[in-house]
Amino acid sequence: MATPARMAEPTDPSSAATSTRTALRSDQVDLPPALTNRAKEAKWLDERLGIGGVGKAFLRYAFPNHWSFLIGEIALWSFVVLLITGVFLTLWFKPSMAEVEYNGSYQLMKGMMMSQAFASTVDISMDVRGGLLLRQMHHWAALLFVSAAFVHAARVFFTGAFRKPREVQWLLGVGLLFLATMGGFSGYSLPDDLLSGTGLRFADGLMRSIPLVGTWVEFFVFNGEFPGDLIISRLYMVHILLIPALILALVAAHVGLVAYYHHTQYPGPGRTEHNVVGEPAFPVYIAKAGGLFFLTWGVLALFGALVTINPVWTYGPYNPAQVTAGSQPDWYMGWVEGAVRIMPGWESHWGPTTWSWNIFIPGVILLGGFFTVMALWPWIEQWFTGDTRSHHLLEFPWQNATRTGIGVAIITFMLLLQFGGANDLIATHFALSLNAITWFLRFAVFLGPIIAFWVTKRICLGIQRRREERLVHGSPSGHMHRNADGAYHEDDVPIGRDEAFTLTSTPGPDPLEAGPGTDARGVHRNEPVSTRRARASRWWLGDNIAAPTREELEAGHSGDGHELEPSKK
Amino acid sequence: MKYLSIRRRHPVAKPLILVLALFLVGAVYALVVPTTQSTAAPGLSQQEADGQALFQVSCSSCHGLNGEGTSQGPSLVGVGAAAVDFQVGTGRMPMAKPGAQAPRKKSEFSAEETAALAAYVATLGPGPAVPDASVVDPSNLTEEEIARGGDLFRTNCSACHNISGQGGALPDGKYAPPLTGVEPTHVYEAMRTGPQQMPVFSKNVITDEDAQQIIGYLQTVSKENQGGGLSLGNLGPVTEGLWAWVVGIGGLAILAVWVTSKGARSK
Amino acid sequence: MNDNSPNELRRPPVDDPGPETPTPSWVSANPELSKAAQRRVVGAFGLSALSALISVVAYFAIPLHIQVELGSFRAGLHNVVFGTTMGLAILLIGIGSVTWGRNLMNDDEIVQERHPPQSSDEDRTEALAQLSEGVRDSGVARRRFIMGSLGGALGLFALPLVVTLAGLGPWPVPSRRRATIERTLFAEATPQAPIRLVNDVTFRPVKASDIEIGQLVNAQPENVQHLEGVELQQAKAKSSIILVRMDPETIQVPESRRDWQVSGILCYSKICTHVGCPITLWEQQTHHLLCPCHQSTFDLGNSGVVVFGPAARSLPQLKIGVDDEGYLIATEDFRVPVGPSYFERDSRNDFQEGDA
Repeated sequence: MATPARMAEPTDPSSAATSTRTALRSDQVDLPPALTNRAKEAKWLDERLGIGGVGKAFLRYAFPNHWSFLIGEIALWSFVVLLITGVFLTLWFKPSMAEVEYNGSYQLMKGMMMSQAFASTVDISMDVRGGLLLRQMHHWAALLFVSAAFVHAARVFFTGAFRKPREVQWLLGVGLLFLATMGGFSGYSLPDDLLSGTGLRFADGLMRSIPLVGTWVEFFVFNGEFPGDLIISRLYMVHILLIPALILALVAAHVGLVAYYHHTQYPGPGRTEHNVVGEPAFPVYIAKAGGLFFLTWGVLALFGALVTINPVWTYGPYNPAQVTAGSQPDWYMGWVEGAVRIMPGWESHWGPTTWSWNIFIPGVILLGGFFTVMALWPWIEQWFTGDTRSHHLLEFPWQNATRTGIGVAIITFMLLLQFGGANDLIATHFALSLNAITWFLRFAVFLGPIIAFWVTKRICLGIQRRREERLVHGSPSGHMHRNADGAYHEDDVPIGRDEAFTLTSTPGPDPLEAGPGTDARGVHRNEPVSTRRARASRWWLGDNIAAPTREELEAGHSGDGHELEPSKK
Repeated sequence: MKYLSIRRRHPVAKPLILVLALFLVGAVYALVVPTTQSTAAPGLSQQEADGQALFQVSCSSCHGLNGEGTSQGPSLVGVGAAAVDFQVGTGRMPMAKPGAQAPRKKSEFSAEETAALAAYVATLGPGPAVPDASVVDPSNLTEEEIARGGDLFRTNCSACHNISGQGGALPDGKYAPPLTGVEPTHVYEAMRTGPQQMPVFSKNVITDEDAQQIIGYLQTVSKENQGGGLSLGNLGPVTEGLWAWVVGIGGLAILAVWVTSKGARSK
Repeated sequence: MNDNSPNELRRPPVDDPGPETPTPSWVSANPELSKAAQRRVVGAFGLSALSALISVVAYFAIPLHIQVELGSFRAGLHNVVFGTTMGLAILLIGIGSVTWGRNLMNDDEIVQERHPPQSSDEDRTEALAQLSEGVRDSGVARRRFIMGSLGGALGLFALPLVVTLAGLGPWPVPSRRRATIERTLFAEATPQAPIRLVNDVTFRPVKASDIEIGQLVNAQPENVQHLEGVELQQAKAKSSIILVRMDPETIQVPESRRDWQVSGILCYSKICTHVGCPITLWEQQTHHLLCPCHQSTFDLGNSGVVVFGPAARSLPQLKIGVDDEGYLIATEDFRVPVGPSYFERDSRNDFQEGDA
């Protein structure tokens, strides 16, 4: 039986110790002189801000050490890079649609008329030292911010980290994801170049298509008909003020709640629902997570220096009579773009009105529906599973086969739509027919996720079966053993205690039973469960293979002939 | 779920899945690969030469003994010397195999042979002539003129050929080819003759000066244009997104694995 | 195996073996390896500082307009050098810091207790008691109309502020729609004062005889030349047109549109009826026009009907003629609103397959 690691003092983030002690003496604590010499400053801060209490709570705060917990941090650090590079860019960018003649150094634009927004962007790219670096870093950071947020959301989804008590965290995260995509869209539209202007034209058509209020939304957003003279300035306000402010507020709440709940952890030896096993914040995690900040920023700076992104000078200024083949939005809008491309041309003309389903369904309903379902997910899953317990231990994805299958199905759906968004590039690069790709995807976006769900669920159930076998029978040892009757047995290497605990410490919930919510003795337990809900719950949970009971495990270990020493792990 | 689970180790399971997979791949390929399109092109042109001999050997099986056209290829009456110089000079003709579109490839004929073919076909009916080198030479253009060429390019050409001339998709497996590495003469000739699906851009609407400016812009964009680093194919947000995912979050995830890995232990 | 009461914690089948015994890392247990790791950390930080200094020098020293070209890598020298040195300066701090944390720090795991997020029972009771005391002090229980009237006032006070958003833009009432999105520059054309069609960018007027079969012209109304700035952009977003010439034998011209064309030269709106991208990708043999944004395809040899893609309405056609000098002219506006659909649009007049 391994002795536990040294226990830290139980910490209580809600209590701040006040200290009226005089300066520390160097014989009282084990600190280098550089720090004890700061004792006067520390005392100054403590007398005003009570930093001793905060220090006590967080200096040795435990961070569970797993790479998948750093993805959210990558998103956070990308956002910080966005803020820093963004502030620098505002020093030179002019968010005005007033027409000017270009007089910078880029020869291919000489003498051309363009908006000040575009002209200042070309100036930043060509005539401001370090300007192109800032622009490219900023745009790469935006792409990384959204992709890291998606991967982080997927990790939280597949490990069930959104379950009680973290539903509010999940809502904050969905809000952040939505704000990040809107921030990206408003940002890349600011240079008023041909590509993003085409995207704004699309947005204009999309707004118009909203039944009943479409023209009102269009005229209010653009201050009249497209393109008007205010959209760039309005997007500028949204991009540098409204969205960053909202993101900062949500991020503060999001990170604050992580600290309040303590981070979740994967099942493992010594890890229970009531503790956190991890590396201390000071010094280890500050070195690692702080290091990750510099790694993220460094990678983004190298991208900004070495890889072209959004070369607006090649696109030219926005002109409603010009367009480029291969017009796509940034990747995080690609799935909406794909849905709009593969949608058939359905429109209803009822009397003198026009109802544009062909744009409204993929553009508004799909986008809004996705984020709504995503936001409501913890409650959707809870309706199926009836699981109202608090969870701080994560699930392995294969433990919740239905949820993992649904997640993979959704990812498949979005990937297929992304292909749809790039269908013309796929056609030219793989010598395929554009029309055939579109037709294929019209069916594949429905069939693909169904197939993906089924295949994924089967794989998860297979892993669960293998886990059961491994727990009961261990692993094959390769030693054959013949008994007196002539029968052959292969000896097992029994599973190690640590691994067995890891695989069994998070039992999933059982399917709900239909009933009035009182048990046989008339004691009120939960809310009543309808037969429909019970059936749904059985669909979700019924195929899961439960871990063996204590008795089954012991039965499995005896009676199979010789056993070898359990593996140390 | 259970029906198939129980039978998952059945002897027929593996071969059956293999057959299903092959069928699926074949079906998908058949669905998406474009079919041959037979084409019919307009014509007009005229003049005489001994390209006729080359023509009989290399061209007449599809275009007819007198260039009148067959079911395999359109009539060449009136396409002009420019069309032949373009099609043969870029290797599109003779077509190696039937398909939705004639791809650009290495030309089978020398410059003299191409000129002879062009002269012969010009006799079949009047049509655009091969341009003088001075007509298509952009080296004397000012910067403003080249910028104007860019404006013309973005109005008339980029919708098919893409803003940096990377090419673009047309319906049913056809495509507008990339313009990188194309001779100025061939660009001019394509504009005047409208090969396959490309529309015609006649002299009276897009004058020779306009064409020269477009060519000047294309040359500058491909040779001297500013960049920000690796071009990622000049394909815009799609390849940028792929890079952000594969190298960006993929690479950083690998770095995250390194950050959290515990390293070798001493016992 | 499953018991009948949901959500009850069953006793897990395996007892908790406790966290793993911490073992020192291989590097920290070996003095030479530790020293090497320390050298790497210090080296990383040192290189970072050096790189930052080189970066500052490069910022000033490298001229701005030198290009570097290596295959598909094409960039400004300043950007490459300044950016790479800056990036390395930052990255190396990260590498040093992580190497320090992984190899040299004591990273034994610690165990902390979790506290449930909910407050303690005492706190809850105390909070409730304070709440009731406060409610009692406020006297709402006895004074009945206060809460209701407060609710009314609070519900309305923000309205004056919110209502200013009604000025975000002009209201698209029918008269404004007719003056803006339902009207193009061609509305100024009459048979007595027609508008010539000009080639876009060059603004040269186009003669019918200039256009060959299989030709596409990107065109504008001639009065676009007098506009600039926002007005110009707004006009181009509606008035841009394309002229195509097809062999009359190969196209279907309905009776009602016999006089809309000039010897096989037809004029269509360039603005897609899906979401408004300009379309100019025309296949001269199939007569199909493909929009690059979402691949809506229109058959210009059949009055612009949709043959593929998400567009729902045919491309509007403009009636054109020739003046006495042979230049192409328009004498009236489009007969339907051009561009994307909107709710109030009366789409019963758009051409449909089979219309005469």
